[in-house]
Amino acid sequence: MNVTASSAGILIVLVTTALILVFSSKPVRNKFPAMFRRIPAILRFKRAVGVAVEEGTGIHVSLGKSSLLQPSSTSAFIGLSTLNRVGQLSGAGDTPPISTSGDGSLAVMSQDVLVSAARETGTLQAYHPDQGQLSGVTPLSYVAGALTVIEDPSIRTNVLIGNFGPEAGYLSTASEERGSFTMAASDNLAAQAVFYATAGEPLIGEELYAVPAYLQSNPFHVASLRVQDILRWGIVAVLIGGAILKLAGLI
Amino acid sequence: MKSPIAAFIGFLVGAIVLAGYFTNSPLLASIRNPILDWTVILAGVAGLIAILNLVFGVHMKRIRDKAPRQAFSYILILSFVVVLIVGILAGPTHPVVQKTVTNIQVPVETSLMAVLAITLAYASLRFLQRQRNWMGITFFIATLFFFLINSGVFSFSADLPVLRTIVSAAHQLPVAGARGILLGIALGSLATGIRILIGADRPYNN
Repeated sequence: MNVTASSAGILIVLVTTALILVFSSKPVRNKFPAMFRRIPAILRFKRAVGVAVEEGTGIHVSLGKSSLLQPSSTSAFIGLSTLNRVGQLSGAGDTPPISTSGDGSLAVMSQDVLVSAARETGTLQAYHPDQGQLSGVTPLSYVAGALTVIEDPSIRTNVLIGNFGPEAGYLSTASEERGSFTMAASDNLAAQAVFYATAGEPLIGEELYAVPAYLQSNPFHVASLRVQDILRWGIVAVLIGGAILKLAGLI
Repeated sequence: MKSPIAAFIGFLVGAIVLAGYFTNSPLLASIRNPILDWTVILAGVAGLIAILNLVFGVHMKRIRDKAPRQAFSYILILSFVVVLIVGILAGPTHPVVQKTVTNIQVPVETSLMAVLAITLAYASLRFLQRQRNWMGITFFIATLFFFLINSGVFSFSADLPVLRTIVSAAHQLPVAGARGILLGIALGSLATGIRILIGADRPYNN
């Protein structure tokens, strides 16, 4: 990496960190309260979790196939945050949530998250390690393993959130065919297109990264959404400015 | 309670690895490389634990509980044991092992991808039933439009300058859309990565 690119990278990381810390501080939050647009899919998901708890049906969170050593691991962390919240919200229910993943380290972390949620809700005695399972180690074997969970009659809510390929169309299609609630989000473009065509509640683009902020009001989640908006406007300004300078023949 | 020591170690390690990505310092590299090696080893061990849980936890339980379609669990356990024994005895890089696994796994996965195309075609037929809104209609029309554009139907436009320009511009539209989505994803990844790095978001670690 050359010096200019390195400096720009360091600057972006430092500015983003500083902005997240500033916007998560209480004085700034009180002075400039966050205003977010409605994302109907997430609202309906919250309702579906409530219904699942009332009816005693299960919730399945599929975390994708991203390894924690890959750049796409951030989508897996979003999935883990979602799983954590689902575990907290469904603690009062009869059926504990189940998670499936396509990577060993992600599966182990999902068990950790489920233990954590069970401990918080006082339902540790109901926890079983099979709740956080590795369903396969290749993309298609992962999908095949996760299908057996989706086809379980006790599962009525499926959340597919993380890094998926187009093969995840099997999961969303199976869930929809069973009449289950299906919210699906991926950081992969092909999977997003497939989810849009096959899932009842698809999330597009960066909506995936908004899920934790919409599910729980952690100041850092909300702050990072605001920072993303600020950076997005920065990119828009750079793109338009660059185009104008190019047209003017200055660059 | 979440351990502050673990969070601090996580932050320190993350910061060193990130700093090593931006600089070519030999000192940082000498710290960063062993850390990354340990991470790979830990990920491998985690993978092994998760596989053992899948085979001897999830599928053994399915057999014990006489779950529906438990025959698949028997096949999975048998395949796992055979591959493991042959892999240990002959070594995973042995040509016979490679050839056997590849000749079973690749055809099965290729067939599944072929079936996926049919599944998606069927799902797209029912798409408008589910998404009866302007976004759904736009998506459907865009899909048909780009199917046509990419099918080569407009190849005659090479002789018509105006149509050629329009078709060429249309080819750029999905690229622009994809870039827009990817920029949003990159920003989301950046913010999430920093949240994890500074320990502000830790769903794990208990």
